[in-house]
Amino acid sequence: MAASRLARHCSRQAWIRAVRSFSTDLKQTLTYEEHLKEGGKMVDFAGYAMPVQYEAKGSKHALSIIDSTKWTRESASLFDVSHMCSIRWTGKDAFDFVERVTTADVYGLPAMTGSLSVITNERGGVIDDTLVTKCSSKEHGEHVYQVVNAGCAPKDLKHFEEQLGKFGGDVKMEVMWDNRGLFAIQGPKAAEVLQRLSPSTDLKSVPFGQCFWMTLEGAECLVSRCGYTGEDGFEVFVPGSAAVPVWQLLTSQAEVRLAGLGARDSLRLEAGLCLYGHELDEDTSPCEAGLSWVIPKARRDGAKNKFIGSDEILAQLSDKSRYKRLRAGLMPASGPPAREGAEIETLDEQVVGKVTSGSMSPCLKKNISIGYINKPHNKQGTDLQVVVRGKRHPAKVVKMPFVPTKYYKP
Amino acid sequence: MAALRATRGGLRFAAKAGYTFTGRSFAPAFAPAFARSFSDLRFAPTHEWFKAEGDSATLGISDFAQGQLGEVVYVELPEVGSKVSAKDTLCTLESVKAVGEVYAPVDCEVTAVNEKLQDEPATVNSSPEEEGWLVKVKFTGDVSSLMDRAAYEKHLESEKTEE
Repeated sequence: MAASRLARHCSRQAWIRAVRSFSTDLKQTLTYEEHLKEGGKMVDFAGYAMPVQYEAKGSKHALSIIDSTKWTRESASLFDVSHMCSIRWTGKDAFDFVERVTTADVYGLPAMTGSLSVITNERGGVIDDTLVTKCSSKEHGEHVYQVVNAGCAPKDLKHFEEQLGKFGGDVKMEVMWDNRGLFAIQGPKAAEVLQRLSPSTDLKSVPFGQCFWMTLEGAECLVSRCGYTGEDGFEVFVPGSAAVPVWQLLTSQAEVRLAGLGARDSLRLEAGLCLYGHELDEDTSPCEAGLSWVIPKARRDGAKNKFIGSDEILAQLSDKSRYKRLRAGLMPASGPPAREGAEIETLDEQVVGKVTSGSMSPCLKKNISIGYINKPHNKQGTDLQVVVRGKRHPAKVVKMPFVPTKYYKP
Repeated sequence: MAALRATRGGLRFAAKAGYTFTGRSFAPAFAPAFARSFSDLRFAPTHEWFKAEGDSATLGISDFAQGQLGEVVYVELPEVGSKVSAKDTLCTLESVKAVGEVYAPVDCEVTAVNEKLQDEPATVNSSPEEEGWLVKVKFTGDVSSLMDRAAYEKHLESEKTEE
């Protein structure tokens, strides 16, 4: 048999390619050895050796992708996401610069709060999606902390450098990447775990989107209440020297099981979240992607602090007829999952769209797909069909998320 | 999973790829009643097993293949009566992450399919060589090149350490 058509987990720029051995060509996160210890099934993701799942015999962490996905929604899973790239922006003009290259309302963000945004190109397309946080620390005062995708980071950094050249001004870009740990702990029990490890922080008052400092294993860690699963959860930025101890500390908590890229993709799909290279690319505007909300009101004034590509994006915001397709959720009723690339047709075989991600949902036990559909066929409840291996299967347009989200509000 | 490579006898299952193959010992758990047929299983290098009785046979995928594929969530079985040529796709198995195609080792005609898999596709994982059988066929052609279990296990070892 041959796994001839693979469900590509990640962006087109960062394919899962299994490698013959733990090739020294691949980059390693600080917890690489920890993954091996637990039988991590390692693959090449964005040039990093990352675990898809864990398979150490007899270990409580050896869960199938399906079981790992379910565990995350019932308890708590720990993911190594250190391959993503973190950037600290400081300097008098840092806020203005970040507002130039993203749609974030940096000035308007409350202190220690982050938001999803996009890095845009001149045409109003998406270079990358990103989390932008207005952070403050003793050392750096008020500054911007940003996280970008691993696969896009080289492209993003090059873009930032080019833009810095044009911008001038007092802006410093500090890249924090391979020398630190970034761990995501996600699930309904994540808060319990962190609360226990840091009794002095009152997590009950911290809403999703906010961040705070926490001492773990003697190191000051920046913890953001955010994630990529639809569940409550946190991302923990750990200074390099404490990365392995903190990983081990979190791994040893009773509620926690390790999870890899396989579950990460299932979870984000169930939550209806975009994955760069699938739902987002340089030819897709945030409006088409259903992400108009990442352009906050304060950024919609075309005269003030224009972001790159704002002409087109602001035009789309005021005139929806400028874009013909929209991201939508589909549930193929029966048959095989409709994966990336599958055509979406009307019942009389007119092609009206394409699937960008799809699989079987471990929690719903049903097929779910995300795709772009030409208006007006993208309306909820529309009966369409998907083409899989030459056969047509009925599929209904549904609202996302597929699995209800549980973002924490105090 | 790695890119496909064509080998004699069909496309190789792209499991040859740096999963930490923990070299687990193959320990089939089968009821004594099946012991008789145990030795009749032959294997293709592409990880299908083939149990011939005269010009009829039962076919499935090996324990190794089910482990590489992951938990099967959907099985697409052929129509009874369909004729499949050697190296053509007999059926398709889907896990959360991958689509696996199962190839016919020889020209054959499908005489039965395992309907149970429509409701319980993960049977392919829990019992790949018994309850998880995929199809029964009538076949023509030479199956002598298929490996016995010992040769297949050696083949798995060599795939692991190859290159």
